[in-house]
Parts: sequence; C-alpha cells; structure tokens
Amino acid sequence: MSALTFTLKYRPDQRVDMSPLSCHLLQDKDPSDIAAIELQSGKCKLRVADLFSVSGSDTQTIVIKNSFEKLDFIGKDLDGGSISVEGDAGAYLAMGMKTGTITVSGNAGLYAGCEMKKGYLEIVGNVGDFLGAALPGNKMGMKGGMILVKGNAGERVGDHLRRGTILIEGDAGDYCGSRMTAGTIAVMGQTGRYLGYAMRRGTLLLWNPPQLSASFNDCGTHTLAFLPLLFKAFQTLNSKFADSAAAFNRVQRYAGDMAEMGRGEVLVKK
Amino acid sequence: MIINGVTIDATFAEAFPMKATRAIITAQNEKWALIAAQAMTGFATSVIACGCEAGIERTLSPEETPDGRPGVAVMIFAMGGKGLAKQLETRAGQCVLTSPTSALFAGIDGGTRIPLGKNLRYFGDGFQIAKVIGGKRYWRVPVMDGEFLAEATTGQVEAIGGGNFLVLAQSQPQALAACEAAIEEMRKIPNVIMPFPGGVVRSGSKVGSKYKSLGASSNDAFCPTLKGMTKTDLSPDIESVMEIVIDGLTKADIDHAMRVGIQAVCDLGAANGIQRISAGNYGGKLGPFHFHLQEIMA
Repeated sequence: MSALTFTLKYRPDQRVDMSPLSCHLLQDKDPSDIAAIELQSGKCKLRVADLFSVSGSDTQTIVIKNSFEKLDFIGKDLDGGSISVEGDAGAYLAMGMKTGTITVSGNAGLYAGCEMKKGYLEIVGNVGDFLGAALPGNKMGMKGGMILVKGNAGERVGDHLRRGTILIEGDAGDYCGSRMTAGTIAVMGQTGRYLGYAMRRGTLLLWNPPQLSASFNDCGTHTLAFLPLLFKAFQTLNSKFADSAAAFNRVQRYAGDMAEMGRGEVLVKK
Repeated sequence: MIINGVTIDATFAEAFPMKATRAIITAQNEKWALIAAQAMTGFATSVIACGCEAGIERTLSPEETPDGRPGVAVMIFAMGGKGLAKQLETRAGQCVLTSPTSALFAGIDGGTRIPLGKNLRYFGDGFQIAKVIGGKRYWRVPVMDGEFLAEATTGQVEAIGGGNFLVLAQSQPQALAACEAAIEEMRKIPNVIMPFPGGVVRSGSKVGSKYKSLGASSNDAFCPTLKGMTKTDLSPDIESVMEIVIDGLTKADIDHAMRVGIQAVCDLGAANGIQRISAGNYGGKLGPFHFHLQEIMA
C-alpha cells in the first residue's frame, strides 16, 4: 500500500485549513470520499480533488507535495500515523497532536506544535513565533512529545511550555522559554533577549552564553548526572543533537526567573 | 543418585511466592556503587525478621548502565507488594540517597510500577526537579555533593523465594569450602540472589517451634550435635551441614542456579569430604514450588 499523497495543483490566494486531512480522520475512507472532503479557504470551501491530485491509499502515511506557507493546521490533533510535508507548512502545524510523526522539509509558520500532547515533529527549515506554545489566552502549551527544528526559531519558543522537549539546532528569537511551567528547550545557536522571561520551572539548555535578565541568579558550575541520559535519548534522532561530540555534562547553572517562581534553570555549556 | 561420590537425596526444596524488584545503583566508580549496594541490601537475609530478602545480583559495566557509569544491580524480595515498596523506599532513602555520587535507576521495565525516586524527591524540599527523558520520569534532588538522580519508579514482578539445598560434609571447613565454590558459580547466574551472609546459611530452620511465639526454629534433624537425641537425618560420618538459599524471578532461574551450585559442590566430591546434598523439605507445609534435586541434576 503506497502513501496517500496530496500534490498541490495550484497555490490559492487564501489560506487553507488542512485539519480534515489528518490520518485519524481519514481512516477507513475510500479515495472518492477523501477527494470530496471540503477544505475551508478564506470564505470559500475547496474540494480536496480541486486543490490536490490525490494518489495512494495508505491513510496512515500521508505525503503533502508542493506544500506552501498558506497550508495551515496540517496534522491538527493527529492521533497516530505520519504526515510528511514536502515544502513549507503554514501556521498551527501539528497543533494539539496526540501521537504520530510529522516532518516538514521546508519552513513552518506561527504556532507550530502548539499545545501538542505527544508525538514527534521535525522541521528541517526555520519556524515562526510561538513554537510549542499555548494558544492566546490558554495557560498550557506543549504537554509532551518532541519537536526538532534544524533551522532557526522565532520569538516566544515554548511559551507556557508544560512538558516535552524542544530542540533547535539554529538560533531562537526573543523571549525563548517565556512563562514555561516545565519541560526542556535546547538551543545550539544563539538566543535573543528576555530568555526565560517569567519561567516558573523547566530547563533551558544552551550551547552559547545568553544575554540573561537580572532576575536570573548564578548557581555556579556543575557536572549534572541527568545530562548524559538526556543526550543518550537524542541519539536516535537525525540531528546534530545525536552527535556525541555535541554532548556535555558540565554546565553553568542559572536559576530563575526570580521575578516568578524561580524554580527554572538555564544551563549553559562550559 | 550419586555424582562424584556425593549422594543426591530423593527430596525436594520447598519455595514460596514472593514479589521482587530490581534497582540499578551507579556511582563515580565501582567501589562507591558497591558501598551503596551493600548498605542497601544489608540486614536483608530473611523475611522472618528483616522485612525483605535482598542481595547484589551482579556488578554492571559502564556500557550496561543508564548513565554510563559503573553500577550494581540489586534485587529485593518480599512477601507482598506493599512491604516490598516500603522496604525499597526506606533502603533507597537511607542507603543510596545518602551514598556519595550515587544515582538510582529501575532494573525492571515491565511489571507493576512501584516508587523508586518518586517519594525520595520530597527530600529536595521543593527544589527537586522532574525530567521526563525517553518516556521515563527522573527526579533530580539537590544534595550536598551535587544532585541525586533517581528514576521515579521501578517494576515489581511475581517471584519465588526459598529455593535451597543443603551441603552435608564430613567437617565444617569442607562444608564451607564447598558452599563457597557453589556461591562463586551461582553468582554468575542472572535473576537470582543468595540473600544470606556470603550466600551461605548455617542455621537452616524448620517450620514451627516448641515455643508458641516462634514460627521457625533450628532444623534439629540436620544439627550434627543432636544426632543421638533427635530424629536425625544425618549419618554418623556427617559433622557439618550448611544451606544455600536462592530467591529468583522464575522457577527456571532457581532451577538453573541450583543446578550450577550443586554441580560445583559435586565437583569437589567425596574426596573433599562432601557426603550428601539434601534440601529443606517441610512436607509441603512451606510453599507450593517444589524443586526436586534429582530432577534438577538429571
């Protein structure tokens, strides 16, 4: 059984809500049913068959070809299966994902992996603001699973992060780890201003010294026993994080944000 | 059955169901991992008065441990799940948490989950940190030498306690030498521990006592000094009897350990004063698992 493949025929002017094309919603549907699904695009509804040429039949392995930055909500609430996006993805990629795997070969927009519960999201390019964050007004962002970004991430990475791991090979923008309640964010590149702003608990693991606010206190240099375990867990990834040369267990530890609960930590490679 | 001049009695060892768990202790080096493990498994020879039976299963190379440091696998057996959890928690808290550079990990992935570091975390007084890594939850507890890292839970499984055999020899040194040889071989077998001091027990017991408060008392039938005054099981040339008790995860594990141990004793043979191999048989009163010596050695 070959992967169910949606190849974009043309780029619509309005954004497209791709949430009906998640694996768990297409289970047991035959190709004609799938072709007849209507997708919201601006004020209009577009039939899948009008927007995509559809081939293959394995609804648990979906490929979206020629994807571009206006395809929103790809893999929303995904509950098993895998989605591979060839090209860019729009906003709200993998929002609320329960289990499964989503990979994007290009860039992704705002709120990627927001409120994700479990599963694995990989973005080969760059990603917009609010990666793994909570939706506006909500108090809990990503609650589990793992996000790997091979490029750079925008601002507010892991805003209200509750649990789970966000790995960024490139740089992260301002307010990285803001208001996080727990979880782990690792950034190999540079980080912006207001790192860990109002974070309560959780770990920010950095390869480069950050620009820290005054509300983070230096706790000294330490060898931490959990770091080898953490890096061991990354070894299965196709990433720089899997490289044993990237691993370390000696860090400078800063506690904060003391303007909030102050149980969080920023660990900087020594 | 006679092996190398040693008579294998036509009897069986009686064993009983227990609950078991395994924990992995790591430290900066093997010396300190062993110190923590020895402390954790101390005073744990018999459930009669210790609350559990515990022992070191084996040492682990850095490649075999979760954090890449030298380690030791310890196993704890108890009569019930509640008792096992309590023993694990108090022993881990007093003997491993306190031991310099130690870390504590689950040694059994499946089974019913029981707390390992889950409750020890409160020692951190609010400064403890949880980390979920690869689907497993760990607790980082700040302590004076750095951080104590402990996996939240470990697995509890059904197990068997009380597998045993008796070594009957012409003299006390010969009995001890044979038991030492057996223990050396049996320690290579996975999933079993020999909980008594050095793996050997010289005060094997029978069920019951003339004193109402005691549930077990000296096994007079195998006490050499009582040969003339009790219904003895010993021939005149036997001067010393020692027992090896085995707790294991499955019947097959105990079978294996008993076979290896008895074979090591028989290899010394009659030439080294070993007369017989027998077993603690309580007429079916002690437990449902029966280990027939001659079947094991067949």
